Amino acid sequence: MSRQTTQKLAFATLTLLAVIVVLPIVLVVVYIVVQGIGAINWEFISGFPRSGMREGGILPAVIGTVLLTFGAAIAAIPLGVGAAIYLAEYARDNWLTRAIRLAIINLAGIPSVVYGLFGLGMFVLFLGFGTSIVAGSLTLGLMTLPVVISTAEEAILAVPQSFRVVSISLGGTRWQTVREVVLPQSLPGIITGIILGLERAAGETAPILFTVAAFYLPRLPHSIFDQTMALPYHLYVISTQVPGMPVRIQYGTALVLLVLVLSMNVVATIIRSYFRRKRQW
Amino acid sequence: MTKPVKIQVNALSVYYDSHRALNDVTLPIYANEILAVFGPAHSGRSTLLRTLNRLNDLIDGILIDGQVLLDGDDIYAPAMDVVALRRRVGMVFALPIPLPGSIRSNITYGPRLSGTHDKGRLDAIVERTLRQAALWDEVSDRLDEPAADLSGGQQQRLCIARVIALEPEVILLDAPTSGLDPISTAKVESSLQQLKKDYTIVIVPHSIQQAARVADHAAFFLTGELVEYGTGQQIFTNPQDKRTEDYITGRFG
Repeated sequence: MSRQTTQKLAFATLTLLAVIVVLPIVLVVVYIVVQGIGAINWEFISGFPRSGMREGGILPAVIGTVLLTFGAAIAAIPLGVGAAIYLAEYARDNWLTRAIRLAIINLAGIPSVVYGLFGLGMFVLFLGFGTSIVAGSLTLGLMTLPVVISTAEEAILAVPQSFRVVSISLGGTRWQTVREVVLPQSLPGIITGIILGLERAAGETAPILFTVAAFYLPRLPHSIFDQTMALPYHLYVISTQVPGMPVRIQYGTALVLLVLVLSMNVVATIIRSYFRRKRQW
Repeated sequence: MTKPVKIQVNALSVYYDSHRALNDVTLPIYANEILAVFGPAHSGRSTLLRTLNRLNDLIDGILIDGQVLLDGDDIYAPAMDVVALRRRVGMVFALPIPLPGSIRSNITYGPRLSGTHDKGRLDAIVERTLRQAALWDEVSDRLDEPAADLSGGQQQRLCIARVIALEPEVILLDAPTSGLDPISTAKVESSLQQLKKDYTIVIVPHSIQQAARVADHAAFFLTGELVEYGTGQQIFTNPQDKRTEDYITGRFG
């Protein structure tokens, strides 16, 4: 075979592989939209479940997932961004920082169900929060940490070193330099990382299974120490635990979860491209 | 009659890991004068400059031996407040690096960090420093536009204004015109002549011609050694050392 033929063959194969990668994503979205769109109406979004969840709406699950995502954000943002600033700006290369980095990498590799069990032991039982939004949020926040830390550190390191030198030479302390120059410039990247991390947390079932999620609770939570329904767990329940469940309700629920998560993704993309155009370096 | 000494460098040696960048340098820097520190690349010029405001502290593995006395006080003494020192000894870099943000916010950066937040005072600082840096007439109607939109020459004069805003005593300029066209260079040089009335200036010139134009005193460096020190007049018309003469007349460099 001539070199040109080999080249064409390789190119065609790689193109085909790339297309195959896209295919499942498109199919999943199309399939869920087609199957679930029939269930979507105002009552479905804003109503409470009735008749053993076979009728009515999914409002408590939607609200629950939104609350849990916010809670995870409150837990993960200060801890994660703080750790990232430390690692990027202050940490020297020694055994302590190496141990911290190793811990973060391992944190990312822990299966989500293990986070769920840890949340049960730590937040629900040991700290006595009970099965509650607090316990679930903390568990989800913990799971989000590695993503937040690594994307935030990357965004901070992307700020040109020359800005730091200039700020220091103008009589700035290290912290003033971080606050006035480094953080404002890396904020879009940090925010994007946070949203991507939370997006994953919003769709997780295992970590909330033992810590917060209610099987059936047709009301809104009274406080952060209350249980709540949540979309991913609700989807699991109506797909496997309830006999005679209409298929369109199942796919309608999946569609709502999908839209919620994808819209977070869209927001992250908009923030990133908006600030990239405004950036002056 | 001699002017008072602003900075006295005594037996200064600087090492990056095992590499020696400056070797046993002793020289005075007189107040309200321009000292030109010149020589070929890697002669230790920039290292000397960055030692004078302790910007070298940011580099890992650096070792500094000897003394730098500012008004008689050793700036490497443990009691020295490094942040305050960098306000007294300001620095302009080879390439203009405006911080992200407006022209105004670049100039007020230093004063704001040291606690000046009054709008009237900050506005006064902006106008005064831009006039001193010979930039006011070109930018007075667009102070809130991004500093990055200025031309290279304007950016460098903005950087000078930004340093003046610190109200320093000494201004270090590390090849401040190396990225500029001749007209911008002339503007920067003429603003230096104005500035030395109020400040002590140490400049790494970007050419021998520039060194000859601006220097009251000059110091010629070669591979970390101070080869010759004298008045600008003497160094550039009647160099005592053969190496200085060879460099100035363009035999190497």
